[in-house]
Amino acid sequence: MDLNWSETQAAMRRDLRGWLERNLAEWRAEIGVELSGDTREGFAQQLRWERRLYEAGWSAVAWPEAYGGREGTLWDWLVFEEEYWRSGAPQRVTQNGIQILAPSLFEHGTQDQKDLLLPRIAAAEDLWCQGWSEPNAGSDLAGVSSRARRVSGGWVLDGQKTWTTRGAFCTHLFGLFRSDPDSERHRGLTYLLVPLDLDGVVVRGFSRLDGDEGFAEVFFTEAFLPDDAVGTSVVLGDVDRGWSVAVSAASTERGLLRSPGRYQATVAGLLDLWAERGGDAATRRRLAAAWMLVDAYRLQTLQTITALLDGVDLGSEASLAKVWWSELDIELHEIALELLGTDAELEGPWSKGHQFALAGPIYAGTNEVQRNIVAERVLGLPR
Amino acid sequence: MRFSLDDDREALRATARDLLAELCPPAAVRAAWTQEPDPSAWHALADAGALAVLVPESEGGLGLDETYLVGVVEEAGRAALPHPLTATALVAAPLGVAGTTVTTDLGASSAIVPAATYAEAFLLRSDDGLRLYGADEVEIEPVETVDSSRHCARVHPRGAGELVTGDAAATEAAFERGVLGTAAELLGLSHRMLELTVGYAAQRHQFGKPIGSFQAVKHHLANARIQIEFAAPAVLYAAYAVAHGRGDASRAVSQAKWLAGNTASVMGRAALQCHGAIGYTTEHDLHLYLKRSWALARSWGGAGFHADRVAASIGL
Ligand SMILES: Cc1cc2nc3c(=O)[nH]c(=O)nc-3n(C[C@H](O)[C@H](O)[C@H](O)COP(=O)(O)OP(=O)(O)OC[C@H]3O[C@@H](n4cnc5c(N)ncnc54)[C@H](O)[C@@H]3O)c2cc1C
Repeated sequence: MDLNWSETQAAMRRDLRGWLERNLAEWRAEIGVELSGDTREGFAQQLRWERRLYEAGWSAVAWPEAYGGREGTLWDWLVFEEEYWRSGAPQRVTQNGIQILAPSLFEHGTQDQKDLLLPRIAAAEDLWCQGWSEPNAGSDLAGVSSRARRVSGGWVLDGQKTWTTRGAFCTHLFGLFRSDPDSERHRGLTYLLVPLDLDGVVVRGFSRLDGDEGFAEVFFTEAFLPDDAVGTSVVLGDVDRGWSVAVSAASTERGLLRSPGRYQATVAGLLDLWAERGGDAATRRRLAAAWMLVDAYRLQTLQTITALLDGVDLGSEASLAKVWWSELDIELHEIALELLGTDAELEGPWSKGHQFALAGPIYAGTNEVQRNIVAERVLGLPR
Repeated sequence: MRFSLDDDREALRATARDLLAELCPPAAVRAAWTQEPDPSAWHALADAGALAVLVPESEGGLGLDETYLVGVVEEAGRAALPHPLTATALVAAPLGVAGTTVTTDLGASSAIVPAATYAEAFLLRSDDGLRLYGADEVEIEPVETVDSSRHCARVHPRGAGELVTGDAAATEAAFERGVLGTAAELLGLSHRMLELTVGYAAQRHQFGKPIGSFQAVKHHLANARIQIEFAAPAVLYAAYAVAHGRGDASRAVSQAKWLAGNTASVMGRAALQCHGAIGYTTEHDLHLYLKRSWALARSWGGAGFHADRVAASIGL
């Protein structure tokens, strides 16, 4: 047991802190008013930010250098996350590529796929969105009905995806398609990598709860996806076996998508708010409690990373963290609104953050579904 | 960076767990409700060195730190061991009080002292620090408490006792070690209640199915499991912070106690609800653990007390 950062990690933290400070200032001077990354203009601003991160080697710290990373460990990643969110830098618009698709590429991709796609993901050249959900397949993801029909030289896609985050601004979509028309449920699905500029693909952005165009519907009508559309193969893993690839991504998304650094930054913001505005004794205790929940998440993550580095598979345990961080985020933002009083109504980072926090128990697998997973797979209760 | 209960610590904990499973089963806790607890588990813990983990090797102890002891104390919680392990091994031993069964109340408030009817020594706050009294130097006024296996009493010193420390920092540190131990016991109790309830939910059938297949039951238990997941590292960290004299040790023990208390409360409610009426009897074992958790949740400072300490430490 050793809870000290190494000298290298401490040095990286110092470098990064200085880099973020300088570069955020420069970037903000360049773009003028900083907009939400879930709007078209804001997305474009943030791409410029993402390219800065990439050029300095910060966009994917835990990746091999050949793919644009800096050969870091999960500890380095954790330090990166703490500093990143502490600095007030924007949401990562590249998140779905870096944090959801890439882990699946590392695990299931061919050498060609890794060599071609990962550097472009790190560099924010290809912008990936996640095409799981469909109008009739939300929690029940195995119910997807979008089809992929094998034809000479490629696939023909039909169907619809929805709730696709930032789909209207992205260049590519990864998703599950039913490739065996006679199959049911988890079988017969293929994980496909799809450029969104194909003929027969229409993307319609629409507004989320906060009014930003952060959602999209993606329609496929006889869209021909050539085998070489993104390199040597558009299939990740095996044909008809996409489910297991998707499941490994889901676990990553639940477990490590939202690092403690985010909530440490949010709670630091609350302490500032308290210092400015004060509050009553009940809110003081509530804030202290929330601080403890955040710190418990940080400590649990230290244990999780220790276990991961020991070769333990995260698996269903990721569901424990998913419920924790999503509910925690709501609590933090509710405290903020409490401290703001009537100002809580004003459009601003806290009211926006509150609306986004409310999505936490819905996306990345609803919290009800996570509780089912905890009960059945962690506790072993009967189905 | 590495945060886990590594092999040698885990081994000590497993030793405690095994011997408590054998010598402090539910029947032993139940028996302690009406008579002085059977000393065999306590003696076995002493033989295994568990009472002297924090005692230097030169004085016959194991010469280890709180990160070794915390797992043992958690196991005592899991077994609802009636004996005062936290007081003896965690609070008193580092003060040089060893080789005797010590009870203490350094809690935030006055004096309901557990194990008072059979303890050999009493470590109590006095105006000038901490004093140790022999059993013949105190007046014991037994009280009936919800968990009778604790053998609580109000304790009034008669003699002068012996000054153990007059140092305010040492007194505070002793208090904080007690908080840490209580948090660890609460965590162990939550683990036990979870095991009992998961086992019961798989075995009890209604509507032709195990009740554990009903989603409402699943979600109660998932919620409790999630609480445990996040309280456990905080308890381990508190032990580490205390052992290494970290600047945030005081806060860490309060955080651990607050989280472990909360967890035990969520777990206890879930356990009782999922057992139904059988859990609402004294014939079933659940109440042994449930009542212990209620007692400990408010011992050594309750949720509000520790939340306030944390609040102050983060500048609120
Ligand atoms: C902000 C945001 C971003 C998103 N981004 C993306 C994205 O980029 N790509 C993508 O593919 N999807 C995305 N989604 C969609 C998300 O994955 C789905 O919303 C989610 O899987 C739930 O599906 P649903 O909305 O259809 O709800 P439903 O599945 O219809 O669920 C409705 C309610 O019923 C409950 N319920 C359903 N099944 C069960 C069950 N078995 N047991 C108990 N309760 C149950 C749910 O918990 C929920 O409370 C996003 C959603 C949000 C809110």
